[in-house]
Amino acid sequence: MQTNFLRKLIFDEKSRSLLIQTLVIGLFALLIYLIAQQTAYNLEKRGISSGFDFLHVAAGYDISIRLIPFTSEDTHLRAYFVGLLNTLMIAICGCFLATIIGFLVGVIRLSSNWLFRNIAYVYVEFTRNVPVLVQIILYYSILLHLPKIKQAIVLFDSFYLTNRGLFSPQPIFKDGFSIVAWSLVIAIVASFFVKRFLKSKQEASGKQYPIFLINSAIIIFTPIIFYYIMGMPLEFDSPVLKGFNFKGGMVIRPEFMGMLFGLSIYTAAFISETVRSGIISVSKGQREASQALGLKSNLIMRLIIIPQALRVIIPPLTSQYLNLTKNSSLGIAIGYADLVHGFGGISLNQTGRAIEIMLIVMLTYLTISLTISFFMNIYNKSVQFKGNA
Amino acid sequence: MSSTAIQNISHNKYYNWLIRNLFSSWVNTLLTIIALIFIYQVGSFCLNWAIFAADFRYNFQGELITDRGLCSKNIMPGEYGACWAIIYARWDQFMYGLYPIEEAWRVNLVYALLPLAIIGILFDKIPFRKYFIYFTFVYPFIAYFMLYGGPGLSVVGTNKWGGLLVTLFLGVTGIGLAFPLSILLALGRRSKMPIIKSLCVVFIEFIRGVPLITLLFTANVMLPLFLPDGVNPDNLLRALVAVTLFQSAYMAEAIRGGLQAIPRGQVEAAQSLGLSYWQTTRKIVLPQALKIAIPPIVNTCIGLFKDTSLVLIIGLFDLLGIGRAALADMTWTKLYYEVYVFISLVFFIFCFGMSRYSLYLEKKLKTDNS
Amino acid sequence: MTEQVIQLEKVNKWYDDFHVLKDIDLFVEKGQRIVICGPSGSGKSTMIRCINRLEAHQEGKIVVHGTELTNDLKNIDLIRKNVGMVFQQFNLFPHLSVLDNIALAPIWVKKMPKKEAEEIAMSYLEKVKIPEQAEKFPGQLSGGQQQRVAIARSLAMNPDIMLFDEPTSALDPEMIKEVLDVMIQLAEEGMTMLVVTHEMGFAKTVADQMIFMDEGRIVEQAKPDEFFNNPKSDRTKLFLSQILNH
Repeated sequence: MQTNFLRKLIFDEKSRSLLIQTLVIGLFALLIYLIAQQTAYNLEKRGISSGFDFLHVAAGYDISIRLIPFTSEDTHLRAYFVGLLNTLMIAICGCFLATIIGFLVGVIRLSSNWLFRNIAYVYVEFTRNVPVLVQIILYYSILLHLPKIKQAIVLFDSFYLTNRGLFSPQPIFKDGFSIVAWSLVIAIVASFFVKRFLKSKQEASGKQYPIFLINSAIIIFTPIIFYYIMGMPLEFDSPVLKGFNFKGGMVIRPEFMGMLFGLSIYTAAFISETVRSGIISVSKGQREASQALGLKSNLIMRLIIIPQALRVIIPPLTSQYLNLTKNSSLGIAIGYADLVHGFGGISLNQTGRAIEIMLIVMLTYLTISLTISFFMNIYNKSVQFKGNA
Repeated sequence: MSSTAIQNISHNKYYNWLIRNLFSSWVNTLLTIIALIFIYQVGSFCLNWAIFAADFRYNFQGELITDRGLCSKNIMPGEYGACWAIIYARWDQFMYGLYPIEEAWRVNLVYALLPLAIIGILFDKIPFRKYFIYFTFVYPFIAYFMLYGGPGLSVVGTNKWGGLLVTLFLGVTGIGLAFPLSILLALGRRSKMPIIKSLCVVFIEFIRGVPLITLLFTANVMLPLFLPDGVNPDNLLRALVAVTLFQSAYMAEAIRGGLQAIPRGQVEAAQSLGLSYWQTTRKIVLPQALKIAIPPIVNTCIGLFKDTSLVLIIGLFDLLGIGRAALADMTWTKLYYEVYVFISLVFFIFCFGMSRYSLYLEKKLKTDNS
Repeated sequence: MTEQVIQLEKVNKWYDDFHVLKDIDLFVEKGQRIVICGPSGSGKSTMIRCINRLEAHQEGKIVVHGTELTNDLKNIDLIRKNVGMVFQQFNLFPHLSVLDNIALAPIWVKKMPKKEAEEIAMSYLEKVKIPEQAEKFPGQLSGGQQQRVAIARSLAMNPDIMLFDEPTSALDPEMIKEVLDVMIQLAEEGMTMLVVTHEMGFAKTVADQMIFMDEGRIVEQAKPDEFFNNPKSDRTKLFLSQILNH
């Protein structure tokens, strides 16, 4: 009877899988336990304490690029937020710039001009096959060797390009600017209603309205009109050369610019390939059927090609955005104060709490990745072609 | 302008190609002119800077350049181009790091044997393929012995390895170790056993959700904490662990794509013939899945190769690290264009080569299957 | 003498140096049903695609409904409004519902109000006998149903001429009949049709002219009786023997 039971255990599919899984979980738990034990021992031996209390201790260092105020007396926790904001800032700016360049290059790759197509191709191949870190460091080196402040390159009379960064006028928002800002928000909301209204009119009568133009005009001109109505509540504090430095204005640091150019130009190459293959993926027959029905070129693009192309483009596009966000962690190589550099680097060195800090950093990136993937999945499900096609 | 409005007027296909691609309309012709001007300006500038007006080992006065002060462009500013002397001067470091020069022949041997080691897996129509594949399995041992040392050869610690040696070591070893791991992960992710599936999913999604630099930091700082006394892997090994785990997650996803493309009928046919799970997987599913998945797999390998440059952040001297170190030297500082262009070129050659191979494979797959 | 709606005079086309259409003369009268057959590569698809300018001819004259087909975009648009085309691969728009597929062109080309266009679309859906599929998407339909939707889509523009480019070649055998039935019904209603096909049964039922093309030329053109029972050219005889015996 015993052998029968044993036999059943090993050969019956259900019990075998249960057996295997129990073994695996057991081994895994054992491994975790052993590692935890060893780590605790090692930490104690080196006199490193654990816990997350360090977050409320003063950081003791400065962060030069920051979106919120921070001094060396602020806590490590605050340093975390400064780093996080810097990471998000470069990620958003980078994704924005990369998308613009990427779409542009993608369209050029589809141009009917062989030379333009191939110039774009050369750009794509060179950029994709060189590590992004090399490109970031190269751009940073170039920016560091711009002229010194006293010999700054002047652009448009108020921008100064130097090896310490781009000095530009800083906008100062006076009273009443909030009204201008609100007018923009209202204009955007209004444009949705205008679009709905005009669209239903269009469907009812067949007459075409230039909805895009009308809405663009609303969004652009409303804030401008309000700006003048409110008496132009915007001033610029221009940088003025005093001695060895500029006083006033604001500065965009070479670390930021180096990261921005490096990340955008690199990611744009991948985005351009995505855009290109997305548009190609729409079969030729779609265009022919549209032409046979008498649709004009711009309508074919708008109604038939682009909707189908976007479905193919957007998933890999978001994965490129994720890559860019993760690559922003390379800021540490050139001193851009992103999350890994400040909190993950300096804070780690100072407090020695490697495990806790790395855990927080990795969980942060994981959260960002999973959030973006989650929204992408929702989008993907909603635009699937219904049916088996 | 619809393509149907463009007519082929002549019967000469070269003339027609020119018209269609370059001169099909006024706008197109204008673009062609702009492009030609652009190519001429940029091309001549680059060629000039890199080759014609550049110093290689000697400057324009015939002196051997041992210092950036002797570069032609620093003696006569504005008239000369790149000063490649820095590459010549630091060539050994770029290629081997701090490996003792007398022993460099060992590294050269390893480099020379590498193509032989991989040619068996890359191409399937070469003669004596069987022997090449045997060599593929033997190569890691030969390479390790040659590089590290042992009986008969002096030991060269990994802290002396650098430059291209480190880059290739991490890349090749990382890919080699990650491959079997990624197959297990991909199969595990598709397993019907919830525990195994969850473990694989969590691992893969975690690794793919974090930047490589955090894994490198973790390996660098935390690995010593996890291991018992006396076991202290050197820096290179720690980086290798991080790189391998990283690559295995991405490769696993690529393989999973290949597995998903195998019609269920294949597995069902094998099962009805009486094959076990492992037999089915090994003999029926995997060979087909890997074939389909090779283009995305090669893509992950290209990514890995580029990512090895990140180890400079944890203090290892790969190709990029050596480059940066060279620029920190007062003798050569400020020659950053030369160094980074050179490094970019090296990476480009390897990565572009890999992507060409991937295209060749894709083409072969299409013709094999259709 | 009924008016001629399509005139092809001495039409020649090359792909670089490959002469794909050689001295094509074709005159189609209103209400005629012309079936074009021939071996693959003979140029039959190319010829009808020249009529709505999906391909461009290099020599000769093509006139559709009195408008000459040239590089002038206005002429091309005019002709396309009056000529409908049904493709071998259906080419339905997968991201739009069946109803939207049919209503698209009337809304955007004829500038009809949406409601009117949808009513017209439904009426044509009923004509091809699948009104219940209106809200479905092309991916949810069978091949035969998709092709019928494609026919309805072209008919919704109220064309005077319908071109069919091997409409049943991509269909499973059991679905060919439902599509041919629709085409027969169209023919009975007096539509001018040019059909490239291998379906000889259909040709015998519906055609009033048979055309055989080989290597870019119209080799034989005759009424179906003569064509099938007494073909003049040897090549026609060979082709017919191959296609009718299988």
